[in-house]
Amino acid sequence: MNLTFTEEEEAFREEVRAWIQAAMPEEMREKANGEGHFTPEDSAEWHRILYEKGWVAPHWPKELGGTGWDAARRFIFSEEMEMAGAPQLSTFGLSMVGPLIINHGTDAQKKRFLPKILSAEEFWCQGYSEPSSGSDLASLRTTAEDAGDHFIVNGQKTWTSYAQFADWIFCLVRTDPSVKKQAGITFLLIDLKSPGVEVKPMLTLGHTPAFCDTFFDNVKVPKENVVGGINNGWTMAKALLGHERTLLAMIGPSRHTLVKLKKIAATRLVNGRPMLEDPVWRAKIARLEMRFRAHLMVSYRALAEQQKGRMPGPESSILKLVGTKLIQEITELCMEVMGENSLTWYNHNVVPAVEESIGPYFCYERAATIYGGSNEIQRNVIAKMILQLPSS
Amino acid sequence: MDFELDQDQQMLAKTVADFAKNESPVERFRKLRDDDVGYEPAAWKHMGELGWLGVPFPESVGGFGGGFIECAVVLEKLATTLVPEPYLASVVLGGLTLLRAGNDAQHGAYLAPMIEGDTTLALAYSEPQSRHDVTALETTASPDAMGYRLSGKKVWVLNGHNADHLIVSAKAPGGVTLFVVPRDAKGLTVRVAKTIDGHKAAFVELEDVIVTEDARLGEEGSGAAVLDRTLDYAAAAAVAEAVGITTTMLDMTIDYLGTREQFGAKIGSFQALQHRAVDMYAEVELLRSISMASMVRADQDDDTARRGDVSAAKYQLATGGIWVAQQSLQLHGGIGATDEHDIGLYFKRMYALNALFGDEEHHVARFANDPSFVEAST
Ligand SMILES: Cc1cc2nc3c(=O)[nH]c(=O)nc-3n(C[C@H](O)[C@H](O)[C@H](O)COP(=O)(O)OP(=O)(O)OC[C@H]3O[C@@H](n4cnc5c(N)ncnc54)[C@H](O)[C@@H]3O)c2cc1C
Repeated sequence: MNLTFTEEEEAFREEVRAWIQAAMPEEMREKANGEGHFTPEDSAEWHRILYEKGWVAPHWPKELGGTGWDAARRFIFSEEMEMAGAPQLSTFGLSMVGPLIINHGTDAQKKRFLPKILSAEEFWCQGYSEPSSGSDLASLRTTAEDAGDHFIVNGQKTWTSYAQFADWIFCLVRTDPSVKKQAGITFLLIDLKSPGVEVKPMLTLGHTPAFCDTFFDNVKVPKENVVGGINNGWTMAKALLGHERTLLAMIGPSRHTLVKLKKIAATRLVNGRPMLEDPVWRAKIARLEMRFRAHLMVSYRALAEQQKGRMPGPESSILKLVGTKLIQEITELCMEVMGENSLTWYNHNVVPAVEESIGPYFCYERAATIYGGSNEIQRNVIAKMILQLPSS
Repeated sequence: MDFELDQDQQMLAKTVADFAKNESPVERFRKLRDDDVGYEPAAWKHMGELGWLGVPFPESVGGFGGGFIECAVVLEKLATTLVPEPYLASVVLGGLTLLRAGNDAQHGAYLAPMIEGDTTLALAYSEPQSRHDVTALETTASPDAMGYRLSGKKVWVLNGHNADHLIVSAKAPGGVTLFVVPRDAKGLTVRVAKTIDGHKAAFVELEDVIVTEDARLGEEGSGAAVLDRTLDYAAAAAVAEAVGITTTMLDMTIDYLGTREQFGAKIGSFQALQHRAVDMYAEVELLRSISMASMVRADQDDDTARRGDVSAAKYQLATGGIWVAQQSLQLHGGIGATDEHDIGLYFKRMYALNALFGDEEHHVARFANDPSFVEAST
């Protein structure tokens, strides 16, 4: 048992850290340290900078544009990105549909889609949820009717994050209504510029322009845009879910926000003293930091398994459950420490810049326990798959 | 980074687990609860012969040259069936204190026979007023023609009722100092006290107990630093045990959910209980993971790294671990509230481990007061 990174790995960490600081444009760095209201444009800009460096898709195979780093280096890289507060890249192409195409796509699909995901020429969004199909995703009703060499798609997707900035959408659609609901679903790539597609944005609780309703009215989609075979969409969706799980451990955001929390507590006063010096407040922060350590160790265990070329053990199934709850608790304590300053909503120079970003972020992270398979659904799955409890 | 036990450690884990299961099932602990000693010297000797009592000690003192990880492995597996022999009290509290504080002669006299399984040790560090502060002592060590005269009171000395030698902390002119005192020393009285978890401890009174110079471990004033390290070992040991206990409690609970029927269905099919079980599983895995960090760090001299992970681990025992113990009992229904069912025995052991070696508030405060805690904000 050995819990430290090697000297080479630590040297790599230094290299990454220095590069990030040098590569981030001045304005972006300010946002990273202070307000952190990154726009989708900021994210796209950072994406292009990483692409130039060749570091935009560390988890892809080297021959398709990855870095060839081992699991530890990839982990260090993402830790450093998150610690620096760099803008988050859009995950839909790089971490969701990209890897799916790599593993299950045709050669033509790989050639057509992967390079443009890397270069940020094309952004993606995810069209799974529908007004009547959330947790019970397999009940989805958007249909794709066979019309020879193409499908005709009709229906509505909802909560499609960042569809208004996206060029393509990957969808689950119903291709066979006559069979068991999971068996009649197909994974389909749709060009959002196709006639009949309409995207209507709506605001999230954090007033970020994330959500959209996406409508399909007799949209023509070529059959070559099916990934993994017709009526095999449920298997594709499950394969993709595997990628999502570790994305949602919230290690980086938790660590980064804990640092912010202490920064805020070091400047806000209680009884004339910085809150960070007050034993009660200090203890509240310490509790979350200690829980973070335990959570971090669970994710390190998963990492160590990956490094040996193995699948993470069953304990990695709790990462989303624990991590999303933790980031909510951390952002909530930030709000509490801010006191009346937590009332601020997108102002400038009203409260310190670092505090200005907290309210929207706190609001936004309420969604963490809902998306990516709600935490209740996670519990259902773990109860069945890992604890093997009886079904009702 | 690697979380796997090496081959020898895996072997050790397996042998201890097999012993616990086959040779010391919970019924054995049940029977020994009513015994005056509470465990069997023959079983202790057996552990000595198998080498388990020597795992964290260097070969030069008769040990096996392992580290604290080996100790934690043994503790975790012994805990799965509540094996009553005083491993934590004698090997961790007594043994590791002696190892750090004693000289060659003292190692030969007190540590070597313990490693063989011929004797047991106890550490008498706690006093009524001290509450996790090893320097808050009223026991005194006054210089005397023969050496020192020790006077004072020690409470809840684990295995103190039966140990051959007690290591006693006392205030000498030079500060907190440790002494080895035979249990049958003149002026030393031991009152046996039963503990909530079915073990026994001692209330020890020292009235002008005379010890010679060579009973002193290290220099005068060196005791506090040693005890500080020992209590980190002990906290990490409690956590390792708690991993064994909560894992077992979770397994028992999952089994029960899969067999007990009410309303015409297995109770494990009720979603409220499924979700509870998943949350228990999460807390056990958090405990197991941070326990790995604390067992590695316990051996390290870097105070910040060691204390940080040991405290985080003991905190998880106190929060997630205790919650798992509570829920395990709850999900057993009425049977869980009887003395007949084993689940309650594990439950009580968790509460003992929780109270010992720094409770939740102690470790929160220690973590929060480490200089690194504030540095991270600047
Ligand atoms: C910020 C954000 C971004 C999102 N982005 C996208 C996106 O880009 N693309 C996309 O397709 N979707 C997206 N979603 C949608 C997300 O996947 C769904 O919200 C999620 O699957 C839950 O579905 P629902 O909202 O319909 O809630 P429902 O399924 O209606 O659930 C309501 C409540 O009931 C609980 N519940 C439901 N079923 C069960 C059960 N069997 N047992 C116990 N409890 C249950 C849920 O946990 C929840 O608490 C996003 C959501 C959010 C919040």
